[in-house]
Amino acid sequence: MTAAKRLIRELQSALGRRWVLHAPEDLLVYEYDATIDRALPQAVVLPESAQQVAQAVRIARRYGLPVTARGAGTGLSGGALACEGGVVIVMTRMNRVIKIDAENQLAVVEPGVINLDISKAAAPYGLYYAPDPSSQKACTIGGNIAENAGGPHCLRYGTTTNHVLALEIVTADGEIAEISATQAGYDLTGVLVGSEGTLAIVTKATLRLLHKPEATITLLAIFDRVSEASETVSAIISAGILPAALEMIDKNTMDAVEEFAHCGYPPDAGAVLLIEVEGLSEEAEEQANEVRSICEKFGVRELRTGTDPAERERLWAGRKSALGALGRKAPSYYILDGVVPRTKLPSVLAEVYQACDRFGFAVANVFHAGDGNLHPNVLFDERVPGATARVLELGEEIMRLCVEAGGSISGEHGVGFEKRSYMSWIFSEDDLEVMARLKAAFGAGDGFNPGKVFPTSKGCGEVSSHMRAAIAKAGPGAYV
Amino acid sequence: MPGGPIHQSAFGSEADLSRCVHCGLCLQHCPTYLETGLETESPRGRLHLIRALSEGRIDLAGNTMGHLDMCLQCRNCEAVCPSGVPYGRIMEHARAAVIESRRAPVPWRLRSLFLREVIARPGRLRALAAALRFYRRSGLRALAESIPLLRDRALLAPSIAGRPFTGTGVLARPKGEPVARVALLTGCIMPLAYGRVHRATVRVLAANGCEVIAPVDQSCCGALQAHNGDRQTAQALARRNIDAFLEDGCDFVVVNSAGCGAAMKEYGELLSQDAVYSERARVLAARVKDIHEFLLELPFRPPTGRLEASVTFQDPCHLAHAQRIREAPRRILQSIPGVQFVEMEHADRCCGSAGVYSFTQPQMSLQLLQRRIDEVRASGAAVVATANPGCMAQIEAGLRRNRLPVRVGHVIELLDAAYRAEHR
Ligand SMILES: Cc1cc2nc3c(=O)[nH]c(=O)nc-3n(C[C@H](O)[C@H](O)[C@H](O)COP(=O)(O)OP(=O)(O)OC[C@H]3O[C@@H](n4cnc5c(N)ncnc54)[C@H](O)[C@@H]3O)c2cc1C
Ligand code: SF4
Ligand code: SF4
Repeated sequence: MTAAKRLIRELQSALGRRWVLHAPEDLLVYEYDATIDRALPQAVVLPESAQQVAQAVRIARRYGLPVTARGAGTGLSGGALACEGGVVIVMTRMNRVIKIDAENQLAVVEPGVINLDISKAAAPYGLYYAPDPSSQKACTIGGNIAENAGGPHCLRYGTTTNHVLALEIVTADGEIAEISATQAGYDLTGVLVGSEGTLAIVTKATLRLLHKPEATITLLAIFDRVSEASETVSAIISAGILPAALEMIDKNTMDAVEEFAHCGYPPDAGAVLLIEVEGLSEEAEEQANEVRSICEKFGVRELRTGTDPAERERLWAGRKSALGALGRKAPSYYILDGVVPRTKLPSVLAEVYQACDRFGFAVANVFHAGDGNLHPNVLFDERVPGATARVLELGEEIMRLCVEAGGSISGEHGVGFEKRSYMSWIFSEDDLEVMARLKAAFGAGDGFNPGKVFPTSKGCGEVSSHMRAAIAKAGPGAYV
Repeated sequence: MPGGPIHQSAFGSEADLSRCVHCGLCLQHCPTYLETGLETESPRGRLHLIRALSEGRIDLAGNTMGHLDMCLQCRNCEAVCPSGVPYGRIMEHARAAVIESRRAPVPWRLRSLFLREVIARPGRLRALAAALRFYRRSGLRALAESIPLLRDRALLAPSIAGRPFTGTGVLARPKGEPVARVALLTGCIMPLAYGRVHRATVRVLAANGCEVIAPVDQSCCGALQAHNGDRQTAQALARRNIDAFLEDGCDFVVVNSAGCGAAMKEYGELLSQDAVYSERARVLAARVKDIHEFLLELPFRPPTGRLEASVTFQDPCHLAHAQRIREAPRRILQSIPGVQFVEMEHADRCCGSAGVYSFTQPQMSLQLLQRRIDEVRASGAAVVATANPGCMAQIEAGLRRNRLPVRVGHVIELLDAAYRAEHR
């Protein structure tokens, strides 16, 4: 029997035949995530318990094969791809909400639970899980933890890392361990959240739940110029107001959205801000008034308010269909994800527009303005010869703009495979060495999710250019 | 390789396939993915497999056909896809390519044969219905359902009861000037299995001021054949219907079976390559209306007769996802005095009937059925309303299996009952 056959045999006896995939046609559908990278694993397993995860890890390690965890495969940085082959461990069957502890406001869940399902399970207790990536109807909590996922409402409540209390993990040696943010000693959960599956596999998570606010008020503010809108953003934050969400849509995006969702954006407006405040009824009302007066100070031309869920949903409609609507403007777009200090927003935005002009591409900006998380979407046509290469060059330049302004190369989509070559822009050799040691300390070496995060690894599978990763074709409703 | 690559064009346009950006937003809406957690049983996975087939990266051997066959063609994925991937069309073309490759497995070929030679042939279908009626009346069904080994398959055999519907020509004429002249699609299964639904439909249309006719030369709509890869038969049936309905010069073609309505609205697409019929197909398709949307576009007359019952609605997939009609049937139910309308959870998720799926994939079909029945039970409703003969039969089977005292009816039957109660 060949080694490959023995591997499958062993995995089968640990997990059951049905949950070990090895036929070429079955492996094929695990070669992608939401990027356009591809990499084929040798085997895919779908465990139903931490014990099975541990067994699969041990077996893979015995055969010298790398292991890559996978949630729903909605990642935007190629994180779930088996870049160097090996075994992919899919967490979709481990999707139980184990318990909702209303008294202590926490949820204990398996890693394959869908983000939104946690809030659904908590709803009867008046609780919810705050981090809300736009993919929340599809992505798993395991993937969120690995990518430290964020969303519009993370401005006030923080990203995933602020909501993880404890984890059960399987280490690279195939040991099951419990770590907690509150126990004495190192805060290892903080290290694990955002580690993109390179340190350990999460098999259970204890998450913080929040009380649903008594009142939520959504404001939509229309400005003549982007600069006015970005200054308003800075002013709101410096006034000490912390909105639940603070999102910006620029002119190009508005044009596309208007055609599609008919939001009533004036054709000559320059930018729209969506500002959501929440809290006790009075407190929310007070904050909304403060926000209104700041908007007025910066020359807002129109303000709309929504208080009930239907009105609020209407105000959000433009934002939510933004990326999808961009599909009407060009057959492809390249979603960038960078962070800049809020005070630099106006100047960096201006530079982004200039850079795109210089390269001759239209750009649409729709992003989490409140925390300086930019998502410039460069519109282009993949079929035009040379266009992709130029877009990639432009993307690199925009990332440099962010870094030079004192920002970073990823707000929420992760470094993964797409942006690992930029790591050296923000981290020194020493920094990277520390990270590598951390990885070694977890015993992970190259065994877990190789080819991700670190700039030194080999390239992924059949991909011609690592940067092709985040080039996605637009569609109505895709939303970042 | 045993299958050999299938020529790309057979799978529909590259443009259709390349619209999928792998975002995964459809996954949590796919019943078979939700049951298995397997990407191979997901919309995104199936699209990827179809693409790989068309590129010759894999062949029809191994598990591929099983994955294509496990798809319900419920089109839930299509309804939620932000990129507008035309999943239904892609899967129809893919199955057609499999059949045309002549490498289709025996069950696929038998299914095609049955749909072409029995379902699309009224005489043979009537004979089958008679046999099934005997099967039920003679107590054979009760016997089969009591034998554990046979139980589940026996359960899913369609229940043929009541008087068939045989009307043709002018079926109803209102007293005054009609508000519209409509033609009713009688279809293949509905008149035999649920003749009473057609009779109710005719009365409801008349009560709303319509003249109703049933062109005598019409045929089965071709949906089942198209879904299972026999586009040729589907096209032949579509041409017959186009002739029959355009001949009669009606304003609208009204359809009370969700699957047929969806298929007929897509005639333009089915015959887009047909030199003679493509234009006429589009003309007819534009006249096709689902009964619920049609009623609400008229000045709809809400009933005054009462019907005391708690009612839930199970969306037929080809109404909610293919035709995107969700509100109309609910509004009609809510217009009935005395009806307490309750939403069941996952009302728009497939019940597992899915054309002939309950025969080809009985296990998955029953698994999905059981979920829906549990949700019906949880809703506390005494009546499940729906709008497609397959869904009616499937839910009836599930209720029998669970010995649940809940009744099943078409929305239009309930409306008809309320109109009739006005005269009491
Ligand atoms: C339309 C769209 C909108 C999006 N919007 C946002 C947004 O607003 N904010 C945002 O932050 N992201 C967003 N994303 C990106 C993506 O949804 C998130 O990164 C998400 O957290 C990925 O979850 P997943 O379950 O799909 O993980 P996958 O893509 O399957 O995997 C992602 C990474 O997590 C690792 N991983 C998965 N499960 C485990 C586990 N149990 N243990 C250890 N590692 C694991 C994988 O190895 C991989 O490195 C969006 C994506 C799409 C397609
Ligand atoms: S079918 Fe649509 S929703 Fe599903 S992965 Fe493809 S693009 Fe996304
Ligand atoms: S048609 Fe239904 S079963 Fe088939 S892939 Fe789409 S959602 Fe899944």
